Amino acid sequence: MLTLQFVPYNDIENLSSNQRVSKLMTLVKKNKIVLMQGRLKPSEETRLIEKTMQEVTKEFKGIELCTVFPQKENNAFKKFFVKMLVGDIEGFTIIGPATIVKDIKRNPDKVELLLSKTRAKRKNGRK
Amino acid sequence: MLKKLKKFLMGITKIFGKKKEIKLGLYGPPNAGKTSLANRVCKDWLGEEIEMGSASAIPHETREIQIRDQIKIKKKGKELSFNLVDTPGIATKIDYEDFLKFKMNKKDAKERAKQATKGVIDAIKWLDDMDAVVVVLDSTVNPYSQVNITIIGNLAARDIPVLIVGNKIDLKKSDIKKIESAFPQYKVVGVSATKGKNVDKFYDALLKVVK
Repeated sequence: MLTLQFVPYNDIENLSSNQRVSKLMTLVKKNKIVLMQGRLKPSEETRLIEKTMQEVTKEFKGIELCTVFPQKENNAFKKFFVKMLVGDIEGFTIIGPATIVKDIKRNPDKVELLLSKTRAKRKNGRK
Repeated sequence: MLKKLKKFLMGITKIFGKKKEIKLGLYGPPNAGKTSLANRVCKDWLGEEIEMGSASAIPHETREIQIRDQIKIKKKGKELSFNLVDTPGIATKIDYEDFLKFKMNKKDAKERAKQATKGVIDAIKWLDDMDAVVVVLDSTVNPYSQVNITIIGNLAARDIPVLIVGNKIDLKKSDIKKIESAFPQYKVVGVSATKGKNVDKFYDALLKVVK
């Protein structure tokens, strides 16, 4: 069974960067596809990739990651205060284990999640 | 605040200290042509025989940071001296089975995968040390990948000057306009690193972006 886990922004907003990354990694390593409200900071995204690489094994091949966010606000002053007040809550982030999510194709207005064939075959009892 | 402090300290170093060597990093996803571009730069400015590393069709050919010191570009009265840092391709997944498709044996494929994961970690760690970065993308591939967005987002957050190179313009599927529309706030130059096509424009842009 494929599990899609929703993580609202208020679940992570009070966590440190390392705690956020660890929380997401724990979910993904349980073979869940995470749909997180908002997005991580750029440094947290690289930390997530770093941590992923540290944990690659025969069973865990890595992650597929995609952030989807609306067009950025051009007014830097307004953007700064919106971020100060509510955090980077706009848009959403999809993270899935690479063994399940083969690819996430993103064009500006569309996101396609391609699931791994092997998983579908296994599910149907075939090799 | 940190950026201002960094700028202030750099100013002091410039006035009182020894001039710091610029570290120019080549970043991007695997197989975009970072090492081919590094080799092109070395050949053009250090001599025909000098290469930075081996390039290959198999992903993750570069698995360790490679540095070539003191490259000097001189063009139209402008000059730029830097240390070139070629980094392993950044990826979010590495599967040794992908290497088996290139007729590699299982043991070598597993070793390559292990080294590649370490290479990605090293490349990320080195981001902090860069003074300017050339992000090398394969212009035949969709640029809207998360790795590209993450790399460029990190460089922007660190206030590091960025030049985007769309490599492989000699190939039919090459689409530089798509890269330009994906990253409209950055200068994008299309080149063919292996064929040496348009590299003059790359050097011109580099001289403008890295000051």
